[in-house]
Amino acid sequence: MDAPTSFTLNGKSVTVRSPRDRMLVWVLRDELGLTGTKVGCEAGLCLACTVVVDGDAVPSCSTSLGDVAGKAVTTIEGLEKEGRLDPVQKAFQDHHAFQCGYCTSGMIMAAWAFLTKKPRASRAEIVEALEGNLCRCGAHVRIIDAVESAGKARGGAK
Amino acid sequence: MRRRTFIQGAAAGALTLFFSGQAGSAPIEAPRPGAYPDDFNAYLKIGADGRVGCFVGKAELGQGAMTVLAMLVAEELELDPARVDMLLGDTDLCPWDNATGGSLTMWQTAPALRGAAAEARAVLLGMAAKALNAKAAALEMKDGAIWVKGAPQRRITFGDLVKGRRLERHMGKVKPKPLGTWKVIGRSVPRKDARPKVTGAAKYVADLRMPGTLHACILRAPAHGLTLAKADTSAAEAIPGVRIVREGTLLAVLHPQPDMARKALGLVKGTFEGQEPDVDDVRIYQHLADKAATGLRTFISRGDVAAAEKRAAAVVEGEYRNAYESHASLEPHVSVAKWEDGRMTVWASTQSPFVIRDEVARSLELPVKQVRIITPFVGGGFGGKLVNPEALEAARIARQVPGVPIQVAWNREEDLFLDTYRPAAAVKIRAGVDAGGGIAFWDYQTVGAGLGEAEFAYDLSPNRYQASPVQAHPFQVGAWRAPSAHTNAFARESHLDVLAARAKVDPVTWRRRLANDARLLRLLDQAVDAFGWEPAPGPTGRGIGIACGAWRQAQVVCVAQVAVDKATGKVQVLRVLEAVDVGLVVNPDGARQQVEGAITMCVGQALSEEIRFKGGRILDRNFDTYLLPRFPAIPRIQVVFAENPAMPTQGIGEPPVVPVAAALANAVFDATGARVTHVPFTPERVLAALKLAKGQKEGS
Repeated sequence: MDAPTSFTLNGKSVTVRSPRDRMLVWVLRDELGLTGTKVGCEAGLCLACTVVVDGDAVPSCSTSLGDVAGKAVTTIEGLEKEGRLDPVQKAFQDHHAFQCGYCTSGMIMAAWAFLTKKPRASRAEIVEALEGNLCRCGAHVRIIDAVESAGKARGGAK
Repeated sequence: MRRRTFIQGAAAGALTLFFSGQAGSAPIEAPRPGAYPDDFNAYLKIGADGRVGCFVGKAELGQGAMTVLAMLVAEELELDPARVDMLLGDTDLCPWDNATGGSLTMWQTAPALRGAAAEARAVLLGMAAKALNAKAAALEMKDGAIWVKGAPQRRITFGDLVKGRRLERHMGKVKPKPLGTWKVIGRSVPRKDARPKVTGAAKYVADLRMPGTLHACILRAPAHGLTLAKADTSAAEAIPGVRIVREGTLLAVLHPQPDMARKALGLVKGTFEGQEPDVDDVRIYQHLADKAATGLRTFISRGDVAAAEKRAAAVVEGEYRNAYESHASLEPHVSVAKWEDGRMTVWASTQSPFVIRDEVARSLELPVKQVRIITPFVGGGFGGKLVNPEALEAARIARQVPGVPIQVAWNREEDLFLDTYRPAAAVKIRAGVDAGGGIAFWDYQTVGAGLGEAEFAYDLSPNRYQASPVQAHPFQVGAWRAPSAHTNAFARESHLDVLAARAKVDPVTWRRRLANDARLLRLLDQAVDAFGWEPAPGPTGRGIGIACGAWRQAQVVCVAQVAVDKATGKVQVLRVLEAVDVGLVVNPDGARQQVEGAITMCVGQALSEEIRFKGGRILDRNFDTYLLPRFPAIPRIQVVFAENPAMPTQGIGEPPVVPVAAALANAVFDATGARVTHVPFTPERVLAALKLAKGQKEGS
């Protein structure tokens, strides 16, 4: 049995007994049953598996359990609060900023982390922030629209 | 009892999510293979709560099938589409259907479904007339209830009318509501899959997590043409929980954890035998031409090309190529199979549930009725999931471990290695030019691909179209969104641009002269007006190009603007506009998404996506070298639709793909005077074209 590793997951403390070099995406999906985080390339090249660790968007396929020990991890399942979508989710829903939906969790998490740091981002800054996230269906234009409008919604609230 | 059967059936599948109400009280129609059903009960179940369950053998790949099909039902039954619960791609519960490809959903399935819904409407009105003691013509229907016009208290709900009874009527007698009376069709509605997809709740195959699942990783040959001879699995078997399944040349490492199964597979030492193909991504075009030479056939011939050639003032030749391209869905191929009680159930990420069912049955020598395919959300297809070798692999392994769900999830390397690529192809065109600069003949030959949509609504005659049915590819190829149509549009529209420039005629004016179809002329007008095209012979230096294409009756005009960095050869796409005539547009926003997606995909097709290989070894193994378009590459996109609701809807997945690469190549020519003839036009190929153009200019 491996030693326990603890971290905060979507606001709650969790402890798992897995090898510390097990990749976070498998801990989330296989061990904790959170399947919203997707596997696309297992090499940090498509970022479908993006989660947020202490405020930074990271590929969970290339981040080990040991890397997140004691840290705060947010996944797509952690954004909805009491049945209410986060403004970024709402913007993706309203703009239909997805097709197959497989990149969507990672895309939303990357945008969420980015907007938390920089709510009033320009389109050029959004493009730069999402460059690592692949979408094969070609929802890019709508994704930029959605992130821009979510930023405005958040920025306006401040 | 039957109702319970249905609800259990739905719950076992992955689309349970959509059954927020209790859909389905009528019994399940046994699917009739190979034909659309003629009883509307096959498609529609009206629940006691008045919600309508709709069963269709298509898959939701992201293209919006779930939403647009619900709209058709909602239109006939005067419902909000949100009250129609969709269940897709379950071969036990849905009537037989063709694969989800070729833009067939709206072309073939939509009329059948509309007919079924229209029939259901007529039956419900008839029953209500009896129940309310009124004439059917005096009734109104809305939101799941029917009442007497002017007397809303004389009212009955769908649920009270049907009470779980089976309503026998055969389809084809009732016509759907006519154009002009529609309340849902032609209106953009919220996607039914939006909320589950933005919350992460949407279930794809790998998300099903059935208890006791074993993850199977399969030993792959390092190259096409090789198969497993022998294997040493001792190191892998030393890992606790590992189990090896071997069947013929299939060797799988099983483990309860997906990452551990993959790790254990890495410890298996395989020896492979066989012959790799002796070809690579450079020599492939000569290889295809050599192989095709023996089987070249004329498929279309109009007039006497040879006689026209004798009279022609000049012959202008061109060769246009495209590389192998992967579908590269972000979700790699994945299936889960379970062998239990003499039945094989496969949850597959597939575009072809009924085809896969038959293949699994054949492969395992089972009667078709003992195989069930369930299709949860599919993470992209584009033609790549018309075939599902992983479903067969999972089923073969599952057969050996009864009662245990077996998941086969390819990783990216497997998905790029085993994909059925868009075939590499070469098109040779010899065009005769008469003394006035007009086209005197058109001699056209494709190798590597078919002649799909090679002809277009142009007057190009006399002509001859040749291709070879000889299979010459060193590995599997298949249908890639608008198969062969984009290969042929790239060649035709590029060569027409060459001829227009030679004749010093504006490329739009040139196409107007050739067009033999009023619809195309209107679409050209719509496109150039929306773009703001200013006529001038190319190259103008502005970097604007145009191309046209077709898919069935659909027509598309694409206008694109690019900037070319002449020092590096890098092409930046600035703006792409498509004018699209697909007839009736049922869901404008859904159709727009398909066009936007097609344009975006084709930026990758045109500029960066190529499968490189040496012998049977695929050199591109992940997204570090296989280059999909990323955000900075995405242009400004504009979409306009022709107003043509009287033409039956043609489907929208393929048409907008067809002319994009050609429009971009023509834009590169307009920017630089250099002609790129090889898709993708990578920086190296653009630099080579620039050098060639410079040499020709200096030489002339």
